[in-house]
Amino acid sequence: MGLLEAIIISVIAASTPLLLAAAGELVVERSGVLNLGSEGMMIMGAACGFAGAWLTGSTFIGALFGIAAGCALSLVFATLTLGLAVNQVAAGLALTILGVGLSGLIGAGFVGEKITPAPHLYLPGLTDLPVVGKILFGQDGFVYASVVLVAAIWWFLYRTRAGLVLRAVGDSHTSAHALGYPVLKIRLLAVLFGGGCAGLGGAFLPLAYTPFFIPGMTAGRGWIALALVVFSSWMPGRLAAGAYLFGAVTILQLHAQAFGLGIPSQLMTALPYLATVIVLVLISRARGSAGSVAPASLGIVFVPDR
Amino acid sequence: MKKLMMTAAAAAVAIMATGFSATAAEKLKVGFIYLGPIGDLGWTYMHELGRQALVKELGDKIETTYLENVSEGPDSERSIEQLARTGHQLIFTTSFGYMDPTLKVAKKYPKIKFEHATGFKSAPNMGTYSGKFYEGRYIQGVIAGKMSKKGVLGYIASFPIPEVISGINATILGAQTVNPDIKLKVIWVNTWFDPGKEADAAKALADQGADVIMQHTDSPAAMQVAAQRGILAFGQDSDMIKFGPKTQLTSIIDNWGPYYIRQTKAALDGSWKAGDTWDGLKEKMVVMAPYTNMPADVKALAEKTEAAIVAGTLHPFKCPVLGQDGKAVECKGGANLDPGQILGMNFYVKGVDDKIPGK
Repeated sequence: MGLLEAIIISVIAASTPLLLAAAGELVVERSGVLNLGSEGMMIMGAACGFAGAWLTGSTFIGALFGIAAGCALSLVFATLTLGLAVNQVAAGLALTILGVGLSGLIGAGFVGEKITPAPHLYLPGLTDLPVVGKILFGQDGFVYASVVLVAAIWWFLYRTRAGLVLRAVGDSHTSAHALGYPVLKIRLLAVLFGGGCAGLGGAFLPLAYTPFFIPGMTAGRGWIALALVVFSSWMPGRLAAGAYLFGAVTILQLHAQAFGLGIPSQLMTALPYLATVIVLVLISRARGSAGSVAPASLGIVFVPDR
Repeated sequence: MKKLMMTAAAAAVAIMATGFSATAAEKLKVGFIYLGPIGDLGWTYMHELGRQALVKELGDKIETTYLENVSEGPDSERSIEQLARTGHQLIFTTSFGYMDPTLKVAKKYPKIKFEHATGFKSAPNMGTYSGKFYEGRYIQGVIAGKMSKKGVLGYIASFPIPEVISGINATILGAQTVNPDIKLKVIWVNTWFDPGKEADAAKALADQGADVIMQHTDSPAAMQVAAQRGILAFGQDSDMIKFGPKTQLTSIIDNWGPYYIRQTKAALDGSWKAGDTWDGLKEKMVVMAPYTNMPADVKALAEKTEAAIVAGTLHPFKCPVLGQDGKAVECKGGANLDPGQILGMNFYVKGVDDKIPGK
């Protein structure tokens, strides 16, 4: 395996959890809800996903556990913000704190256990192709799921009527409500979808990336996912570009250090954040200010019939 | 509802009151402040094992409390003070970043005894303690130098603080004794704990030809990567053999239990004094995990090296120590570098192919 090939495979692995969680959050925010609980839902997905895989021996069931855990936690958020009209920022932060604590409790019994990592695709002939073989045909299920997910979200948002309604709800919930669309129901579904994606992104970590569970192993990836959504101007294509760019710079700076280029490592560590922000801002500028901006109703509580 | 809350409050007060009277009269309350979760399998986990050893030994005379996930810096002051206010007579604060907060609380509560790990500030009622981890690193260097087929070692470093730098230096000094041309690649990840990033760093090192991986970060992620790649690795803080049965050569184990027992006994019999403890292999504060996955001659060499360090006939930083430029470093300790030079180490020795970040 050549160095370039190895680097690209590492980049894809590093980007996948971010992409999964950020793609879900993008749909949530497009519906006008700001859920800052990504980190909490991811770590819950990690803990429950590991528990599921450890108990059943199946990565697939583990992933389902992770999705379910993310959904369950996001349901708490939905109850608070949609049902009781609580401030979304406060509820989202509380959700992160809850998720981190709860996952530690659930995962406590699994610390020190290990599982078989997620299987990688192998297609005789195709996977053995030089250079591109392992990159295109030798990944695990999470990687393919993340790519399909982003494409599906793009298609949903821009090519389906339901996607148009979801965007309308996010841009003006009062207008959508006046037109007779069930604003809260749509948002509930979006929040649950986002929770499931975050849970899956979290589950990727103990099931495929580093096959063990340790409390706090998401190490801030939920927050990076949130930032990616904002810097991608809420557009799925840019989101994928941002996530892969972030992963690429993260991995390349490690390689640059191992090569001994002598650039201060603190700068190198900051580089992924810096590069991603700069590139995504430049894309937005190049497209002109006519490009997508934040959903107009983002973060605003909606109470029908008051 | 109101009535229920009143009842609950009354019950809580009653529980607290009995809690205090029962312990204040009989048992010594010992408190611990932890940086990470107790299940981190690394630094905090080992302090927790130390606490458990303490409870096992003196459980009938003491009562222990721990607070986990306490972030370093000014925020930790509240947690330390909370222990001080709730009747704890001996408090261990187990990370470098608790140094100033511990000192502040110690001045406020002169009758309470404080013990701070890995720092350099003390007070009449605040002692310090740390392990000579560089001794273990030196042995790992000797093993790595023997075991590396390509002559390239990979080192995952956390933050450019003296303890980490002295570890890197001790490693290469050990490796050079068996392979003068050994190469050491260093990656700084600027975190103590991020399994994903530690794994990425291990992959990058392996992709660039390192065939023995060592780490100064806390999770077993690098060990797993090495196992997948079929190369060798060293564990960190705890025995990580479970994550690499065919991969782990040995591991530096932090063994705090005996120290916690000793100091608590001293507090119980009134002989406690604020000390400055810096123990190593000899005192068993630093312990090597079993030497595995190596041929008998390498194992014998590792054991010989360990025995020489314990006996005091071998010092990893024996003068002359050559700096990166090849010039000998000033030797303040006579035959070896003095403790201050090691505890404050901010230079690389000859042979490290890296620049210290920020220098």
